Amino acid sequence: MTLLLGSLQLGLLYGILAIGVYISFRILNVPDLTTEGSFTFGLATSAMCALSGHFVLGIVLSIFSGALAGCITGFLQTKCKIHPILSGIITMSGLYTINLAVMKNAVNVSLIGKTELFSYVMEKMPQLSRDTVKTALALIFALIVCIIIIRFFKTHIGLCIRATGDNEAMVSSSSINVDATKIFTLAISNACVGLSGGLMAQYQGYADINSSVGILVVGLASVIIGEVIFGRRSVTIGIISAVVGSIVYRYIMALATATHIFPAFALKLVSACIVGIALSIPAVKEAAALSKIKKEAGNDAHN
Amino acid sequence: MLTINNAVKIFSQGTPNEHKALSGLNLHLERGEFVTVVGSNGAGKSTMFNAICGNFLLNSGSIFVDGQNITYMKEHKRAGFIGRVFQDPMKGTAPNLTIEENLALAYSRQKTGPFGAAVNKKNRDMFKEALSEFNMGLEDRMQTKVGLLSGGQRQVVTLLMCTLVTPKLLLLDEHTAALDPATAEKVMEITERIVDRNNLTTLMITHNLNSALRTGTRTIMMDSGNIILDVSGEERAKMTLDDLLNMYSLKKKEAFDNDRMLLS
Repeated sequence: MTLLLGSLQLGLLYGILAIGVYISFRILNVPDLTTEGSFTFGLATSAMCALSGHFVLGIVLSIFSGALAGCITGFLQTKCKIHPILSGIITMSGLYTINLAVMKNAVNVSLIGKTELFSYVMEKMPQLSRDTVKTALALIFALIVCIIIIRFFKTHIGLCIRATGDNEAMVSSSSINVDATKIFTLAISNACVGLSGGLMAQYQGYADINSSVGILVVGLASVIIGEVIFGRRSVTIGIISAVVGSIVYRYIMALATATHIFPAFALKLVSACIVGIALSIPAVKEAAALSKIKKEAGNDAHN
Repeated sequence: MLTINNAVKIFSQGTPNEHKALSGLNLHLERGEFVTVVGSNGAGKSTMFNAICGNFLLNSGSIFVDGQNITYMKEHKRAGFIGRVFQDPMKGTAPNLTIEENLALAYSRQKTGPFGAAVNKKNRDMFKEALSEFNMGLEDRMQTKVGLLSGGQRQVVTLLMCTLVTPKLLLLDEHTAALDPATAEKVMEITERIVDRNNLTTLMITHNLNSALRTGTRTIMMDSGNIILDVSGEERAKMTLDDLLNMYSLKKKEAFDNDRMLLS
């Protein structure tokens, strides 16, 4: 039961990360490596604030720290004309130092015994069980982010972002400011990632400098699993499917580790394989179709 | 409406590949004029369009639209009052957005602000009405992704996007060249109707000399970065296709003779 609920909670909280990855990867069409740094940035900010007693401020600041990281990557990408992937790598590397500085040069920070969001709500509502509170809070946050982002992509600026990812040539010759749009999108995407990190810090009660290693692949895996379930349709469905994908991803991982199919340390390799295989499906299908045509043509020639 | 003063654009300046694409071009368009532009490849037609739209800055010279100096204005700012349709139907629309979303992209910013709903009932009805005028059945396919439309249909959507909010200047860059003859005819007819109704100041590049003389109110011919022929009114009305062709080869021959003189 704990495993079931625990995976749901993790799935929902990492679902916010998956929404961020969906925005950069699917809508803006750029795999954004900033994620690897901005997740820990949010995590560290939130943990340090909670450590000094301001856990709500920590959550709010984690959103802004993510957005700031996104702005930097956006600036490098657009104004400095650095390759999008490279821009992300630059920000990510720089953030490692920033994150260490935020955590006062400690590799990890523990929040045991400190008030954080989850323990605060548990104290205020003692009639509710631990798991109920954790699940409810995770659900509320995931829902709020979902609704805001879905509404956002129905506004005019949201439409501009989708058009930028879809046909940049067209947008750059229109009255839309492409650079500003891209920077803004990366800020929003990383704000989601930062918030996810901020919530995770208080949820698990500690922050680790290495929490975000391979987190982009986790996000991508979630997005892709969601797409396998729902198909690639509208943005609204895409955002919901990213969260559902994240939950399913956590269940797959929980199931695999509980049944000892593979040891816990193999998680990242498995995630990488899921993403690698899923992204190569279109190419494999194409090759299969081509070889089928060739084979049939060959048979005809022999007959 | 549009004034270009002594525009010079040199590509790869200072290298052996130096190429003068615009050499002191002067052009003035009155409000409501529909000018067709002809000329061989490399004559500087598209360079002129790119200069007007701000894809690059001129080496020297200035550009005014409606009295406003836009020589150094940013590209996306100019796009607010200059509509442009490209030859490639893929360039003007976003394929994964629906027809109504594409139209809303061009329309709703001025109307609802950046955080307003992009597509609402009111502008949806307006888009429908605007599309139904063209009798292409597009008004019943508002939710269709533009990527599924044919080239001609996409060009019509692009044209409508450029003119939903009336631009000060409309630039058509061989916008029917990639279409089959029947569709090209239809798109041209729609173009004329839109230009006529909104009294748009328009520049249209075409390689079809016949339609260059038939459409619009004035025709200019460009060669090596300058205007070598500018006809309008009665002179243009009397001009035949042969006249235009003769004029064209005459100018070309002159250039050729000059070259021969240089080489001999």
